[in-house]
Amino acid sequence: MKKTSITLAVAATLLSTVGAFAQWVPERPVEFVVASGPGGGTDNFARTIQSVIAQHNLMDQSVVVLNKGAGSGAEAFIYAKANNANPHKLIFGTNNVYLLPHVAKMAYTSEDLVPVAALALDEFLIWVKADAPYADAAEFIAAAKANPGSLPVGGSQSKDTDETLVALIEQKTGAEFKYVPYNGGGEVGVQLAGGHIAANVNNPNENLGQWQAGAIKPLCVFSDQRMAESDPVHGDTGWHDIATCTEAGIDISSYQMPRTVWLPAGVSDEQLAFYVDLMQKVSETPEWQEYVANTSQTGRFLAGEELSAFIDNSETSTVEVFKAEGWTAQ
Amino acid sequence: MENFGLLMEGFQVAITPTHLAIMVIGVMLGLVVGVLPGLGAPNGVSLLIPLTFTMDPVSAIILLASMYWGALFGGSTTSILFNIPGEPSSVATTFDGYPMAQKGQSTRALTLAFMSAGIGALVGVVVITLLSTWAAGFALRFGAPEYFSVYFLAFCAFIGMGSSAPLKTIISLLVGLALSTVGMDTITGTLRLTYGLNELMGGVSFLVVVIGLFGIGEILMTVQDGLHFRGVASRIDLRDVFRTIAELPRYWATLLRSSAIGVWMGITPGGPTAASFMSYGVARQWSRPGEPFGKGRPEGIVAPETADHSAGTCAMLPMLALGVPSSATAAVMMGGLMIWGLTPGPMLFATKPDFVWGLIASMYISNIVAVVLVMATVPLFAALLRIPFAVIGPVIVAICFVGAYTVSNATFDLWLVLLFGVIGYVFSKLSYPLAPLVLAMVLGHKAENSFHQSMILSDGSLDVFWSNPLVGSIMTLALLLVIVPQVVKLIGRLRSRGTLRSVH
Repeated sequence: MKKTSITLAVAATLLSTVGAFAQWVPERPVEFVVASGPGGGTDNFARTIQSVIAQHNLMDQSVVVLNKGAGSGAEAFIYAKANNANPHKLIFGTNNVYLLPHVAKMAYTSEDLVPVAALALDEFLIWVKADAPYADAAEFIAAAKANPGSLPVGGSQSKDTDETLVALIEQKTGAEFKYVPYNGGGEVGVQLAGGHIAANVNNPNENLGQWQAGAIKPLCVFSDQRMAESDPVHGDTGWHDIATCTEAGIDISSYQMPRTVWLPAGVSDEQLAFYVDLMQKVSETPEWQEYVANTSQTGRFLAGEELSAFIDNSETSTVEVFKAEGWTAQ
Repeated sequence: MENFGLLMEGFQVAITPTHLAIMVIGVMLGLVVGVLPGLGAPNGVSLLIPLTFTMDPVSAIILLASMYWGALFGGSTTSILFNIPGEPSSVATTFDGYPMAQKGQSTRALTLAFMSAGIGALVGVVVITLLSTWAAGFALRFGAPEYFSVYFLAFCAFIGMGSSAPLKTIISLLVGLALSTVGMDTITGTLRLTYGLNELMGGVSFLVVVIGLFGIGEILMTVQDGLHFRGVASRIDLRDVFRTIAELPRYWATLLRSSAIGVWMGITPGGPTAASFMSYGVARQWSRPGEPFGKGRPEGIVAPETADHSAGTCAMLPMLALGVPSSATAAVMMGGLMIWGLTPGPMLFATKPDFVWGLIASMYISNIVAVVLVMATVPLFAALLRIPFAVIGPVIVAICFVGAYTVSNATFDLWLVLLFGVIGYVFSKLSYPLAPLVLAMVLGHKAENSFHQSMILSDGSLDVFWSNPLVGSIMTLALLLVIVPQVVKLIGRLRSRGTLRSVH
């Protein structure tokens, strides 16, 4: 007992000296500001990170989670702007951080935040009802072309990732759908299982339950490679058996939603480096790997240059779609 | 019968010393959270989520669910005592609960509320036990037009039989509808009625409005009447508790009707708040003549409380079996489910029977635990009304403002509370009914969304609301609920005119 306490004391002194000279550590409890309501995908993302940090003692200060999901998450980003240069507020979002200001007049710009890291990429798939007459994505597109504007495709929210993808499919294939916005992915999944819509473009996790039950089936995934190997989900089909949409003849090689972490603009490089390091450690824990596998996301750690390049690329290509659809805010 | 065997296995999971302790702790935490207006079950449950990361999923869900039941019970307490609803779903309880407490019968009002809530919850669990498979399939038949018809029915059931002047009811309703449109619209993705204010981006919070209208509004009324609570002399007698329990069987019809409404609204995602309003409206229409509603009529407490709890319990079913949360709290719990590595959906019942049935079994036990605990608080809470207003008044004001701040940690909401306090006072003075405003705020946005979705699906044709027997019959029923009372009134008037004429 005594021995451990001595070791601990030595370790603590060592750590604090290192901290004082080399790097910045949080001095107060850190606020995790979530750009969605409680229970949403972004909320689970932030709370999983909170639990990993707690279980592995990755940070001395405690974590407080705060949901600011109003206005499709804009509330959280405006909060970041109001807390300029505050290193104790970490903002959790998706690509909405840099896409929202393009479609609606917002009281912030993406310059008001600095990206820390992306920890996972959520995939998008085309899903139809299990007893639908389409064997693959090509047949589905053909059916949409035969009856322009009559196949209802559900998605979550308006002018958000789902509607953008549907618009992108329309632009690339010339098919025309009837897009119906709902409140969230879970609801869209059930609407499809009940046969009220013809298809949706949900993330794997949002439709997993209905696929397991055999109520719906995936047609293709919007990625340049197939998804990771997994146990069979329904019958003998698993995630890896789903064709990519390029294989199925839809020319969209990659459409993914990053799970991102941000800081208010104006923080110092040391402060940014601390959180980049923290997120890197989180992404290497088994608990994190398990979360990624459970929610069928693709685990990928992006930071620094790599992350900026990803964001630039994703922003430019999406804004092109917005322009073609006439959604851009003046 | 297969379900019965599974339930017994569930009881084996649920009845362990640890799980029983978890239930008691969960219910107690829930009571605290429910009693404080603003904090509410969704916030309370999300505060607890980090604690559950290291627990096994069954214990974790039992903790969260028990807290939810506790919060549902606690929410009625402040509704009855101070006219401040602790939870959105206990707004309808204020209509008769508060007047009854003001007449010095706070013990009776609290006992009626808690006992009927307990009965409602038990009916809900029994329905889940017996009908889990069937109900999940039934909920799948609800598309946008069906959702709209359910909200429409709730509006009609409540409004169709209002006792206030029709024009005033309509004005109150329209104010509520206007308030519900503030903020980001799901269907068009545009901001509406925010006037450039970032604070309004998320819309006007329903709880903030209710705390202002009811809590602060009532305080202003009391202040004007002189610095005392009107009719305080409440006698605390334990025998009152038992006398009230013995009184309950008399309301069997209301209990049955309200449970049925609650079960229905819980499974089809209408939610507990809609259920309690609808059930109150129906009770007002169908109860035998007696004391008027709104003045402390027992059925006016029994109806919303029973429906609130049977709906709250049944709402667990669409969450587990379909992955659709029908209340804000269910949404948070579903997030928890995913973090623990469980996938809500039709297969959850097959792949994790011990989890699902352990939870269902725990719902029987923790609701009984909740009734016992909450009944023990009745004398304590009833005694609160004996404290002079000069002491309790400022405390209530403080609770209102703290509660409103907790909803979303925004100082802007404090101004809203003050504003709506004044509006509530003016409305009461000019005898405008508040209930239609509140109902429109709860259901307005949902009804608008599902109407808009239906219109997209049908290319703008109203026929979609009569396109299949399910939606057609709900819509027809809703219209009848509005039309029939008017026709009856008209016939009554014509007949009395006829008799007058024959006398002359």
